[in-house]
Amino acid sequence: MLDQTLNGLPAKPGVGYKPQHFAAILADPGPVGWLEVHAENYLGAGGRPLAQLRHLAERFPISVHGVGLSIGGEGALDRDHLDRLKQLCGWLNPASFSEHLAWSTHDGAFLNDLLPLPYTPATLARVCDHIDQVQEVLGRRMLLENPSTYIAFAETAMDEVDFLGEIARRTGCGLLLDVNNVYVSGTNQNYDPQSYLDAFPLHLVGEIHLGGHDEDLDDQGRRLLIDSHGAEVVDPVWALYARVIRKAGPRPTLIEWDNDVPDWPVLAAEAACAARLLEPVA
Amino acid sequence: MSQTLFAQALLNPDAALPPGLVDPEGLPAPKRFSVYRNNVASSLTRALEAGFPTVRALVGDPFFAAMALIFLRAHPPRSRMLMLYGDEFPAFLAGFPPVAHLGYLPDVARLELAMRESYHAADSTPLPEAEFQRLLGAEIAGLRLRLAPAVRLLRSNWPVVSIWATHHEDGPKPRPVAEDALILRPDFDPHPHRLPTGGADLVDGLLSGRTLGESLDKAGPGMDLAAILGLLISGRAIIGVSE
Repeated sequence: MLDQTLNGLPAKPGVGYKPQHFAAILADPGPVGWLEVHAENYLGAGGRPLAQLRHLAERFPISVHGVGLSIGGEGALDRDHLDRLKQLCGWLNPASFSEHLAWSTHDGAFLNDLLPLPYTPATLARVCDHIDQVQEVLGRRMLLENPSTYIAFAETAMDEVDFLGEIARRTGCGLLLDVNNVYVSGTNQNYDPQSYLDAFPLHLVGEIHLGGHDEDLDDQGRRLLIDSHGAEVVDPVWALYARVIRKAGPRPTLIEWDNDVPDWPVLAAEAACAARLLEPVA
Repeated sequence: MSQTLFAQALLNPDAALPPGLVDPEGLPAPKRFSVYRNNVASSLTRALEAGFPTVRALVGDPFFAAMALIFLRAHPPRSRMLMLYGDEFPAFLAGFPPVAHLGYLPDVARLELAMRESYHAADSTPLPEAEFQRLLGAEIAGLRLRLAPAVRLLRSNWPVVSIWATHHEDGPKPRPVAEDALILRPDFDPHPHRLPTGGADLVDGLLSGRTLGESLDKAGPGMDLAAILGLLISGRAIIGVSE
């Protein structure tokens, strides 16, 4: 059973909110039961973004998903940024707050990508310190998302699932399981996504992400998957997802489509696919 | 492996691959690392394209993309709020030799930055019409007007408003005149207005908290006060007044 304090989102499909879908979502949300926004797009002082978010929040549970906190960064967390997130969570009171096992800033520069971490005791201690700080400042439990990765670190000493599990154990945070990231990383790092998911602590999963990826080739000409959030969810990822929710029970499930964003009916159809898989396990 | 080396290699295409990064067999994998380089470059390029659509239209997409890459490597964002990325872009354009012949380009970039600031500025409620009528009936020289947080003023020696209008509203071909821009956001969409001569001094005075009388003096003779006030009122930009 899911620990209910993990998340206030309903165990239904959600979508990553894009402003071009504002009217369509309100007119006919279809199977969509909640929305996710990237925190950094709603940290302005006012204007249309905040007005739309206030309006949507009256109708849908909202998940705030941070992409810029740099929880894995070597430097200290940016206190001003954390305070802005606190302010957003304060007025919006979102059903969930989540961030990534990654880093994105260095020496004051924001690199706007989710960069990988070596899984070592030193990284573990640093990430846990940062998550403790986030949860203390926000006054809420957060979810941490597993990354998609393209490269490995020679110094990595821990398995990613063990690493995430240990972070959750030490900090009390929940986990956001991105099934597409598992498929992408598994392909890229040459491990079996199914085994990864079999070992994953599903009781800690407060939200699931599904998205599309691109295909490329690595230095040796092997298949290299790029997490693009710019396409439909592929069949092998749907199959992995179906197995996860058969085992774990229904979970809030997000369709992530951030680039080359399609018209609303295409996104709603992806959400409907998730709904069809969620229904029998409810 | 330090993140310093990783970050430097991300922003510098000539930098060596940071040590200790490997593929599943433990071999060095520069092509895999380049995925991160590409992600950083393409996501920040997209942010600049979204933020400076007029500059992009003026120089063309391929040129803009190449220029954005040079800019973002030298000036990565300092804030996580990418919607305001590019405050150093106008100065960069002013010193970038390949666009030296496009003297107006830095000011067009400044206009687009100011429009974005306006878009994200705090909301405000305009002064009710009746309140205006009451105040304007009295001696107005001593009034101080409080303007909306979304108001922006840009002085330029170039026809920046006309250039913007040509690209966004099918406006006529710009004439070679200096144009000062007043950006107003009546609801959610900022719009640049061309100010008459002296108008920028007047608005600047009001923004600095000077009285209408003092601001008018600054603007010099011949200033059409009614026109400027009309613009501010229709743009829902006057949010308070004190005597």
